[in-house]
Parts: sequence; structure tokens; C-alpha cells
Amino acid sequence: MRDARAVSPLGWMRVNLFSTPLNSALTLVILAALAWLVPKAGGWLVWDAVWGPKPASACDAVRGEGACWAVVWNKIRFMLFGVYPFEEQWRAAVAAVVLTALLVVSALRFFWRKRLIAIWVVGIALAFWLMGGGLGLTPVPAERWGGLSVTLILAIFGIGFAFPLGVLLALGRRSRLPVIRAVSVLYIEIVRGVPLITVLFMASIMFALFMPEGLRIEQLLRAQVAIILFIAAYLAEAVRGGLQAVPRGQYEAAEALGLSYWRTMGFIVLPQALKISIPPIVNIFISVFKDTSLVVIIGIYDFAYAVKKSVETDISWKKYFIEAFLFSIVVYWIYCFAMSRYSQWLEREFARGERR
Amino acid sequence: MLIKSERARGVLYQALLLIAVGGIVWYLLSNTLHNLASRGIQVGFAFLGREAGFEIAEKLIEYDATRSYAHALAVGLLNTLHVALLGIVIATVLGTLLGVARLSNNWLLARIAGAYVEFMRNIPLLLQLLVWYGMFTELLPGVRQAIKLGDWVFISQRGFRFAWPEAHPGWTAALWALAAGLALSLVWRAIARRRQAATGAQWPMALPLAGFIIGLPVVAWALSGAPTAIETPVLRGFDYQGGKVISPEFAALLLGLSTYTAAFIAEVVRAGILAVHRGQTEAAMALGLSPNQRLRLVTLPQALRVIIPPMTSQYLNLTKNSSLAVAIGYPDLVAIANTTMNQTGQAIEAISMLMAVYLSISIAISVFMNWYNARVRLVER
Repeated sequence: MRDARAVSPLGWMRVNLFSTPLNSALTLVILAALAWLVPKAGGWLVWDAVWGPKPASACDAVRGEGACWAVVWNKIRFMLFGVYPFEEQWRAAVAAVVLTALLVVSALRFFWRKRLIAIWVVGIALAFWLMGGGLGLTPVPAERWGGLSVTLILAIFGIGFAFPLGVLLALGRRSRLPVIRAVSVLYIEIVRGVPLITVLFMASIMFALFMPEGLRIEQLLRAQVAIILFIAAYLAEAVRGGLQAVPRGQYEAAEALGLSYWRTMGFIVLPQALKISIPPIVNIFISVFKDTSLVVIIGIYDFAYAVKKSVETDISWKKYFIEAFLFSIVVYWIYCFAMSRYSQWLEREFARGERR
Repeated sequence: MLIKSERARGVLYQALLLIAVGGIVWYLLSNTLHNLASRGIQVGFAFLGREAGFEIAEKLIEYDATRSYAHALAVGLLNTLHVALLGIVIATVLGTLLGVARLSNNWLLARIAGAYVEFMRNIPLLLQLLVWYGMFTELLPGVRQAIKLGDWVFISQRGFRFAWPEAHPGWTAALWALAAGLALSLVWRAIARRRQAATGAQWPMALPLAGFIIGLPVVAWALSGAPTAIETPVLRGFDYQGGKVISPEFAALLLGLSTYTAAFIAEVVRAGILAVHRGQTEAAMALGLSPNQRLRLVTLPQALRVIIPPMTSQYLNLTKNSSLAVAIGYPDLVAIANTTMNQTGQAIEAISMLMAVYLSISIAISVFMNWYNARVRLVER
């Protein structure tokens, strides 16, 4: 295939588009469909669409022929920040930037050392301070937090706090001590067997019953705890995969050196196992990032809910919900696609090291 | 280390863990009991027998508001299983087509399948469901302006309504005959295989199977009166009556679940096909197997071995994801349990029942898949 491509564009087409009669027919059908679809979709999405901060009446004039991107211009603050106090929204924006930067930094191999833990502690504390206030900033109670920063917080705090728990559960599942193994297996399998929504229901409805009378905990915090406990089970399985991939000889060599269990794990096994489990962990993070949108069902103002509410509550924009949802879809997609590309690249990168 | 013996330390750690877990459980339990007592909520499943008092829009079994909560939950469970089973079938077909298309040597087709996969799997399912639901309920015309395809299909905001055969024992008989035909085909295939293994003789397959699966139902239908009456929907009052209807909630959920999961299944199928070594196909060619035999006897059995475990988890994901129905108002198990909780305050019982049901479904699917996996496993010396 490669040499055909090198020969000429025509040769490339003959090999890749018209190799057999069936293939040629398929190509023609697809081209015809595209020729019909692309101008139509392009017209609605781009050329005939209403761009810029125009009023809803401008959209009503071209309804059906062009998309109403004006809804994004008019509602962008509410979509990104929800009910966060208007004057303080720069803080939520900075928090979102800090959290996104945290993801980028974690993706760079240069930072894959102990200092990454410090960076995460600082990043999480900074985001928390920006959102919550105090120490010179006006305090904002958690029930006013909203929008993209809440989605990022739920996902990033979620994976950050679930990580140590997940590692412990993975070690527990491979422990020689039967009680520890049984407790870990039970936890992992139960959590993985139920949908996230039931765990969120538990957090939003049952949690009040579990706690001493009179103790009230923020809805957001309860959802966050639920998400952490939920992810931990999935992380544990990813880490277990890594632990299983570390050759037995490594364990035996560490034992022969007289290292204790925790030293064996901390210095010999986990550094190798965690490296192997990074691609699956990134994949878990992608699904967590998507699944945080389920908090919509228990009424937390994450990005998806803010977008939904921004159009639902305004009668003149209500009919342009598709454009609003498409905007949020694009934002989610950019985050998830970037991460999934990264995970695929990482897998190839690791495979290259192994192949030598 | 304070305690030198490893065994003693092991016992100590386990004892500490047990005490910690027990302590947490005891703490939560005592809080809960106290809270329940002070709110005057009765613990237990007695509420299941009480009258539910709410209507359910979609049901596969008889139900009305005077039935018990237990009955309502059963309706919800059946709705969940209904959408999950259909979703699994559609997602498998669509996903397999996409996975194969992604490996096609037609560049355009491969790129389109790839774009579909990369687009769908990187968007939250909840948003996809909301968009589908919004499109079905807001963008479609009202009942009076319904899109008509002849007298047979009517598409409006109220759902997709289409003509359907009138109820008649003949159709029931045909359905039973179909089930019997499928069972007979399996038996026929098993016997044929055994014969071939013992004697080498090949029994005919195509004709007998067609007879069992198509012929038997047709005969049963003809013998029991050959009903042909078709009920077409008619506009009466505010909505169409008669025929069959697919509600916008069900349509959005089914479409959302299956198109989303198909993207993941496509990747599973692709990986499975790629995992079969080229040499296998070449060896099959050298043996003179036809392309059909190559696929059926060499490639597929080996690819399935790789495909089945991740496919199982996709099926489980789809089933668990069907719980998002609650966001668009389809009365699945979660939605009905939610209503039950709100009405009775029996949150603990309702949520533990929910979890138990999903856990049992998960366990059932994994047990079945493990059994199947063991059957197709590579037998090594």
C-alpha cells in the first residue's frame, strides 16, 4: 500500500478507492452521499448560521435553515460558570485553567517523578481556594459553584483522591492475607457491578441517614465522595493489571534482598506496575470525565447541567437547545479526544521501549 | 517492626482491618437506625405490598395505579431488560459493521467508520440522550402535522406509530413455532457436528435450518387461521389510536445507548480481527478453504476468543448505562425506584434493591460469558 501511495495520486486512488468493482461502487455511493450531505450540514452549521452576539429574533428569522450560534454568545457566562457570582467568575475561569494545566503537566513525562504529587497537591489546593474563597477572596459557598470548573473539579479531584485508595485496593486484592483479599474483592466487585447513578443516589439521598443527626454536608461534596469511591474500584483493576504484568522475578529478587513488603512494593513493584497501568488509567479518566455529567440527575450544576439550564430557563432561547448542547458536546469532545489520543500515543511509546 | 514474626503481623493487620470495617459499619448503622427512628420511618420491605398510586407510561405487563410497589418495580425491571436487550442486539450489529468497515481497504469507508468511533465515544452519553430526546420531542411536528408514510407510519412528537397485525392466536402460535424452530436448529446442528466428527459425513444444513426457522412458523400461522388483518393508526381526538407506538423516550434511549456502545464495540471487533495472525489466513488459503470457510472456520473462532471478554464488559456497560433513562423520563427500574423512594421515604430499601438487581444482572452476564469463553478457549496440551 505504501509504495502505491508513493507512486502517484492516481495509483493511490486505484489501490485505496477502486481496487475491486465492489470497492469502486462503495466509493461512488459514499461520494454521492457526501456530496449531498456536506453542503447541507455545512450550510446549517456554518454559512447560514447566526454568529456573534445577535438577539434571538435574528435566529428566529433563519430558523430551520441555519444554526443559532448566537445562543452561545448570549449564554456563555451561564454555561461556563452556572450560578457562580457574576463579579467573581474570573476566579472560576482561573480555576478551570489551573485544573486543565494540571492535566497537561501530568501528561508530560518530564514531570513523572515525586514532584508530580506536590504539583497535584498545590493545583488542587489552588483550585479549591479560587472557587471557595477565603484568605482575601470573597467566600463563595459550594452550592453556588457551577459550570465547567465543577466538571473539572469532580473529575480531577475524583481521580486524585481515588488514586491512593485504588492502589491500596489493588494491593489488597493481591495480598496473601485472606481477610484483606476478601474485603478488597468484595468492594471492587460490588462497586463495579452497579451503575454510577445508584451510587450518586446513595450519596444524595441515603447519606443524610448515615450521618449523625444535624450534620449537614454539601451536596457537591457528597457527590464528590461518591465519585471518588466509585472510581477507586476501577482504578484498582487497572493497577492490578499492572501488578500482574510485573515479572515474578522482581518480587523474588526484592524478597531475596530482604526488603519488607512495603519497601518491595514502594521501590520495586509499584514503579513498574504503575507505568504499565498509565494508559488504562487515562482511559478511566476519560470515562470519569464523561460520567461526571450524571450529576445532572441529582441536580448539581456541572457543565452539562449549566448548559441545559441556560436554555431551559429562557423562553426566547429555549428552542435553540440543540445548538447549546452541540457547544457543550464540542467542549467535552475536545477534552476527551485529546486525552484518548494521548493515551494511544503513550501505548505506542511504551511498546517501542519494550520492543528493543 | 514491633512484631518480628510475619505471620503474627499478618493476623494483626487483618484483625485491624476487620475492626475498622466493622467499626465503620456499626457507626453508620447506628446513625441510620437512630435517624430512621427519629423520622418515624419503618425499616423493612413491607411497603412493597402497598398500593403504588402512580401510573407508568410504558409497560410490558399489566399494570395500573392500584397495583403494588412490587408490581411497579417489576414493570420497571422489565423495561430495563427490554431496552438493554434490544440495545445489545443493535449495538452488536452496528458495532461489528463499523469495526469491519474500519479495517476495510476502501480508504473512504475506513475513515468514515474511524470518524464515527472517535466522535461518539468522546461525548458523554447523557448529552447524547438529551439531544436525541430533544430532537424527538421538539423538532418533530405535532400530532396533527404528523409525517405520514402512506397509511402505515406516523411520526410526530408523540412518538413513532405504525401499523401492526391485529391480535390473533395465529400470531402467538407462529411465535411459539419460531422458538421451537430455533431450538430444533440447534439440536440439528449439534447432531450434524457429532456425525461429522464420528464419520466425516456432512449433513445438509441450509435447507433444514430454513425449514425449521421459516417453515415451521409459517405452517403454524397458516394452520391457526392465517390471520391477515392489520390495524392501522387513526387520528382520534388528540392522538393517534391503534397500531403500535414507540415513545420518544424509548426511541431516544435505545438509539442513544446503541449508537454510543457501537463505537466501543467497533474497537473491540477491530482489535479481535487484528489479533488473528496473517499466517492463519494464508494457511487456510493454502489448504484450499473457500473465503467463506476461511472466515467461519479459521478467522472468526480465533477472533472471538479475543473479542468476547471485552465485549462482555461492553454489554454490562450498556445495561448499567440504561439507568440514564431517568434523565429523559423513560420508566426504567431506576426511575420507578426513584419515584418509590420519593413517595415512601424507604430510600435504603429501594437503593439496596436497585444495587442488588444490577449486581445480579452483572453476575448473570459474566457467568454466562465465562461459560462461553471456556467453551471457545484455546485448548492447550
